Amino acid sequence: MNRTLLHAAMVAALSFPVSAFSADSADIAELKRMILEMKRQHEQQIQALEQRVQQAEALAATAEETAQPTEGKIVAVEEQVQAKPRIGDNRFNPAISLVLQGGYASYSEDPEDFHLEGMPLGGEARLQDEGLALWETELTVSANVDNLFYGQATIGMHTHDGETETDVEEAFVDTLALPAGLGLRFGRFYSSVGYLNEKHTHVWDFADAPLAYQAFLGGQYRDDGIRASWIAPLDELFVEVGAETLRGDNYPGGGNSGDFGAVQNLFAKVGGDIGPDNSWQLGVSRMDVDVDDRSAGGHAHDHGGESPSFNGDSDLTVLDAVWKTDLGGERALIFQGEYFWRDEDGQVSLSEGAGDALFDYDGDQDGGYLQGIFQFNRQWRAGLRYDRLSADNDLTMVSNTTGEADDDIFEESGYQSSNGDPDRWATMVDWSPSEFSRLRLQYARDDSREDTDDQVYLQYIMTLGAHGAHQY
Amino acid sequence: MKPQVKQLAGLLAACLLTGSVHAKLNIFACEPEWAALTRELAGEHATVFAATHAGQDPHYVQAKPSLIAKLRSADLAVCTGAELETGWIPMLQRRARNPKVLPGKPGYFEATQQVVLLEKPAKLDRAEGDVHGDGNPHIQLDPRRVLEVAKALSSRLQQLDPGNKPAYESRLQDFVTQWNSSIERWQAQAEGLKGKRAVVHHREWVYLLDWLGIQRAGSLEPKPGIPPNMAHLADLKKQQADLIILSPANDTKPSAWLQEQTGTPVVVLPHTVGAVPNSDDLFGFFDEIIRRLSESVET
Repeated sequence: MNRTLLHAAMVAALSFPVSAFSADSADIAELKRMILEMKRQHEQQIQALEQRVQQAEALAATAEETAQPTEGKIVAVEEQVQAKPRIGDNRFNPAISLVLQGGYASYSEDPEDFHLEGMPLGGEARLQDEGLALWETELTVSANVDNLFYGQATIGMHTHDGETETDVEEAFVDTLALPAGLGLRFGRFYSSVGYLNEKHTHVWDFADAPLAYQAFLGGQYRDDGIRASWIAPLDELFVEVGAETLRGDNYPGGGNSGDFGAVQNLFAKVGGDIGPDNSWQLGVSRMDVDVDDRSAGGHAHDHGGESPSFNGDSDLTVLDAVWKTDLGGERALIFQGEYFWRDEDGQVSLSEGAGDALFDYDGDQDGGYLQGIFQFNRQWRAGLRYDRLSADNDLTMVSNTTGEADDDIFEESGYQSSNGDPDRWATMVDWSPSEFSRLRLQYARDDSREDTDDQVYLQYIMTLGAHGAHQY
Repeated sequence: MKPQVKQLAGLLAACLLTGSVHAKLNIFACEPEWAALTRELAGEHATVFAATHAGQDPHYVQAKPSLIAKLRSADLAVCTGAELETGWIPMLQRRARNPKVLPGKPGYFEATQQVVLLEKPAKLDRAEGDVHGDGNPHIQLDPRRVLEVAKALSSRLQQLDPGNKPAYESRLQDFVTQWNSSIERWQAQAEGLKGKRAVVHHREWVYLLDWLGIQRAGSLEPKPGIPPNMAHLADLKKQQADLIILSPANDTKPSAWLQEQTGTPVVVLPHTVGAVPNSDDLFGFFDEIIRRLSESVET
């Protein structure tokens, strides 16, 4: 019944434009006959194809039983496989994945007031918007360009204070075929400083960045530049050493101040296995930044004035360590820690009211985090993290025409270190129904400000499209 | 030059040259079954490293530092393919700085490219669980397919190491002869299994069932990679089955529950070489599978 209706509809649809030239019923009958004929032919073709598939499967299942090894035959197997046709341009489409991140955030203190005394925040360092919100939407496209290059780009979309920002998070090219274990990366990429910095937020184990990342890397540091690195030809031990030179447009940089980049980073990683079930990696990196007018911190939003601006040198040293143990079944333990030490030297200027102030700044700051994750099975994990920071800054006023006391200027600039060291405890549990979805509940007790901030996050991470890499 | 500096320079030179000096092929096998097959076919002409062991699920492996180091100096990587290692092999290939083992190069061999795959999904939708677009990748469980892979792998070894071609040829001849007679023996032993109905834990046994003519009555996982749940297990109770198959890596609770409810015997089979005792090479692997299967239906 349905089929007749369908045929009638098809005939009607086809005959409509035809009728403009001829409404002859003989034509309609002819059309109908043609359609029926086409349908019959298609059904026959499908039946024939089904038969061929069945025959091929039967053949594949029995062929081996009778196969006798001869040299000609073996070569033929190999060549046949290599000649497998790959038809159409679509086969060359790059891998595309879309990561949806969002959730709910709740704070007992005002998130807009988030700051770390003596370590003025720059870059993307801030707390997630309070309430239910989209956090980050990332579109990543990647493929081998040819036999020499691999390319990858990530377009990120963020909403902050009701504004949607779209930016090119990463867009880089890797070489694939340089000799002797050498490799180059150029374009825009996350710097190989520390352990977590190179990883996208959706593979992080906690909903937010460690305090040290907020303080020293503006949340996460990426920039335009070039990286060269070398992997040693050792059998049992992974050793990589590398150097990066980056523009310095993003925090902790403060503007490009030379042809060869304002940020120089040297790094080394060593890693390996201990027994079949334990793996480890240690890293060290040293980032020297030539800072030119880096605006950060200050309680600027209270006054509507400009943020204080820093000129000088900033040297950051990072040590990182990771240890992973498979406990059998699907259970695993992962420990990870990073320690940052920063030395900053230069001058800070700011405008206040009708005048300006300029002071010498010699900063000595350190801090880091330690975390442990326990994986119960493929779906459930729980984790604990401890953050701590400490700043010891020397400030000396050079000139002050603002009319305010020097101490008030220091306090307002955010460069004055306080006696209390910021620290934070965070705990999380997450559930991953599949490799492509994850829901996370996190609670943190943040003592980085005068009053304790109770932070609760409920986060979702959804991956559509290409299967992500299991990055170590 | 100070002596230490000289030593260091010598060490560095040695490091840079090692790639061209060693005579043996350096082979990186993604799974234990391909390590075992490569050992059969290459013997003393290759050093074989197994990237994963039987206690690991080869899908969930990470691109860990030791694997980068191993792939860095490999002449050949032997993997399953069909997206089984999609989470780590592409990343290792990019990180290892070894152009020899990049996709499309003779130094990268995928076993699933050499045989016809079963269960190629008609549509790709992750609502169907962890599906593989090219078909089911667990071909190591069909000795007929292993034979096809062996032939292709041997010719790849001959291509990469032409100096030892006669040795590879004769090793292949020996392997094929032994393997064919073993297949006959296994098939004879498993004659009684034909037409039996099996419930499997994960859908990795399709090639074994296909080879032995066993029907799949259902799987404990409602969808590939999705853990069993009570509603689905209750449905399975209604299925008539002669045995329940799982691997040592699987959770034993769901199968134990079903056995208690229905009385269907449970059999733990090695899903890869070395997964149970006495399965440390390919012959032992299938001996053990057939022995355990036969015992389970006799009792």
